[in-house]
Parts: sequence; structure tokens; C-alpha cells
Amino acid sequence: MADRIRLPRFTRTERAVHWVHATAFLILLASGLCLYLPSLAEVVGRRPLLKDVHVYTAVAWVIALALVVALGDRRSLRATVREIDLFDADDRKWLRGRRPAPQGRLNAGQKVNAIVTAAFAVLFSVTGFLLWYGERNTRFRFAQTILIHDWLMYVSFFLFLGHLYLAVIHPKTRHALNGMTRGWVDREWAQQHHAKWVASLETTASEPPLASPAARRAAHDL
Amino acid sequence: MDGTRPDERPYGRRAFLALLAGGVTSFLWAPAASRTLSPLTSAFSQLVGDVLPVGGWRIYTISGSMPVFDPATWRLEITGLVRRPVSLGYHDLLALPRAHQVSTFHCVTGWTVNDVRWAGVRFEHLLRLVDPLPEAKAIRFVSAEHPYDDSLTIPQALLPDVMLALELDGAPLSRPHGAPARVVIPEMYGYKGVKWLERMELVATQPTGYWEGLGYDQNAWVGRSNGRG
Repeated sequence: MADRIRLPRFTRTERAVHWVHATAFLILLASGLCLYLPSLAEVVGRRPLLKDVHVYTAVAWVIALALVVALGDRRSLRATVREIDLFDADDRKWLRGRRPAPQGRLNAGQKVNAIVTAAFAVLFSVTGFLLWYGERNTRFRFAQTILIHDWLMYVSFFLFLGHLYLAVIHPKTRHALNGMTRGWVDREWAQQHHAKWVASLETTASEPPLASPAARRAAHDL
Repeated sequence: MDGTRPDERPYGRRAFLALLAGGVTSFLWAPAASRTLSPLTSAFSQLVGDVLPVGGWRIYTISGSMPVFDPATWRLEITGLVRRPVSLGYHDLLALPRAHQVSTFHCVTGWTVNDVRWAGVRFEHLLRLVDPLPEAKAIRFVSAEHPYDDSLTIPQALLPDVMLALELDGAPLSRPHGAPARVVIPEMYGYKGVKWLERMELVATQPTGYWEGLGYDQNAWVGRSNGRG
């Protein structure tokens, strides 16, 4: 609609990190479940092939993330990392369930999700490597590795379901998906959910939001 | 833009590092946590059965698909260093004396299933049918899932809780569990228990089995072989 103002929310690099991660997660989850669940293992079979799919997807995922960091807009990534790191008084209020707690570009829950996802990525990689290498060198085989890999999967699976619900189904939040696909969100929606972000875009310039330096940088990247 | 406002705290990196520390140290506390939670998870696995392997079975195979069991055509050959080689049908096996036991199943990759109820045939009854020659020292078990095989010495096969299992938890072995017959030796890791058994071969020296060829111990005693755990 013509009278709607679009605010650039995620840069191309941020979106690339997200979608590399999402694609790898889904393939790893599907192939992993076929290896893990007895009922699926019987129906699908082809365990050696699924093992290869699982292992090579993990390798491709790490390489793709490294490529995005190497070739992408590292300044925007550094800014995002800093943004995720810092929790202000309103974020802490938000986490305690007190409202109103006006949020920045990322709300406190999104920050927590990003932190857990990053830490789990490291732990999945370490335990996954040990499972793969332990089959080749018995000194690297530990009884706990598979247990930890499984627990990470259970927690990630439920986080993923929650994430999917908020991004695709929940009427109040699903507009956010637009930010991750096309990069922009409606100003009106952002005002309701990320008021401090909208305010910060608009105070850096008295012009319409796209005039602020952060927004210009992001818009340039769209 | 660059300065940190007074009310901002770097909780993000702290949470990230705390999660990493928790994950890495879980190599130390995971067994204890898993034992504490096991009444819960095993109750849960009773509920969900074969759907979720929480505190239960995982199915490992080495080939494209699991062998299919047809009671009408299935045979178990017992050959090698024996006076009377035999070929048994499924009903011949069912007619042999039946033994029952409850034992713990340990997988070399770290998972364990407690209180597994097995029913099947002791190897002494099978060996009596074929009358092994004096030079026969071990049994090679060949799976219908090629090229999986493994072996036990005859004294190992005659241990009191070793059997050729035909039933698991009161029902005939299902396809994922090796229908219709698999080797069970609770003191050793599961890779010694050949599933989808199609041939037993009496031999003079123990051959290298499928997993032994990949570096696993021939004598896979639980807790006393390179499986550890």
C-alpha cells in the first residue's frame, strides 16, 4: 500500500546467516531423526546414505557460515552481535514479563534465542565431530557424546517450534517474517513491537526514517 | 551509537559462555543427570514405545535397508566344523527348548536399555544338533544384512545368559530388532549380537567381524574393552 512506510530491518548479510542456518538445521534435523527414531529408521532405511547426508550437511553449514562472514557486511554483523550482547533496563523488564517495556530492533526474547542458537551451534559441532571421529579413533569415543547431542536436539527442536509459531502463525508477530525474507517491515507494526528502534531511527534525522545513517546503510544493503 | 548506555549490561556474551561451559562440562555430569532422570525417561519411553528412543532402543544398520523376514522361506544354516550340518526353518527353531531372561543391553555408543525381556534358544541346544568337531573353537554369526558378521568363542556362546533370541518383551522380534533371530550376549556391547541371523559357521579361529575390522575390540566386554563407558 502506498501510504505505508517500510523500515529496513535486516541486512542481506544478516539474512544470509539466518537462512544458511535455517536450511542446514532443517536438513540436519530430518536426516538426524531418520538415524535416531526406530520407526523412521525402519521406514526410511538407507542408514549409510543418511549418515553421509547428515555429516556433509554439517560440513557445508560451517563452510557456508564462514563464507558469509568472509564475503558479507562484517560491520553490520559486528553491530548485530553487539546489539544481541547488550540488555538494557527495558530488556530485563521484558524478560521478567513486565509491560510496557519498549524494545529495540531485536526484543529481549529474540536476543536470547540468538544466544542459545549460537551456543548450541558450537556444542552441536563439537559433539557431532566427536561422534564422527570417535567411530574412527576409539580414544575419542565417550559414552556421553551421543546423549549430549540428543539433548541439544530436543531443546533445539522445541525452540524451533516456538520460533516457527511466532514467525509464521501468531497473527501479532508473523509480520516479522517479512523482515527476514525481504528485509523490511511496516513502520506501523514496528512502532508496536519495536518502539525504541523506530524512535532511534527517527531521532538520528528529523527526516523520514530512511534518512538515518543506520537505516541508509541497511537500505543500501537491501 | 558507540558508547554503552549506563543501563546496558553485556548479558549476551555471559549467557553464551555459560551455555558453552554447561555444554562442555556436561561430559562430566551427563551420566549422573541421565541416571537421575532415567525413571522419568523410561516411564516416558514405555508410553511412546518405538516412536521415541528416550531411554530406549536406537536402531543401527550398515546397509540400505533391513532384511525382510518370511517365515515360509527363512532358513538358519549351521555349518563349518560340524559332523551334521543343519538347515533350520523358523518352526524348527520354535520347537527347541525355550529360555527366558531379563538383562541389560549396552550399546558401545553409550546408550543402555535396562530390563530387556528376551526369550529364545540357548546355544547348547543348537550345537547339540550339529555335533561340533573337536577343532571347532568359535562360532561365526552371519547376518542377512550383508556384510555384517561377528563371532563368539564357544565358551562365550555357552555363558548362562547368552542366547539366540526370538522374542523381545513378550513379542516375536520385530524387523528393526533383527527378525526373526538375533544373538544376545548381555556382558558384551551390542555389536557382538548379530541381528537378522542367517548362518552360524563353526570355525577353528575367531575371524575379524564387521566392527572389529573398523577398530573395535573382538572381546567387547562391557566396561572392559575399547568401548569403555
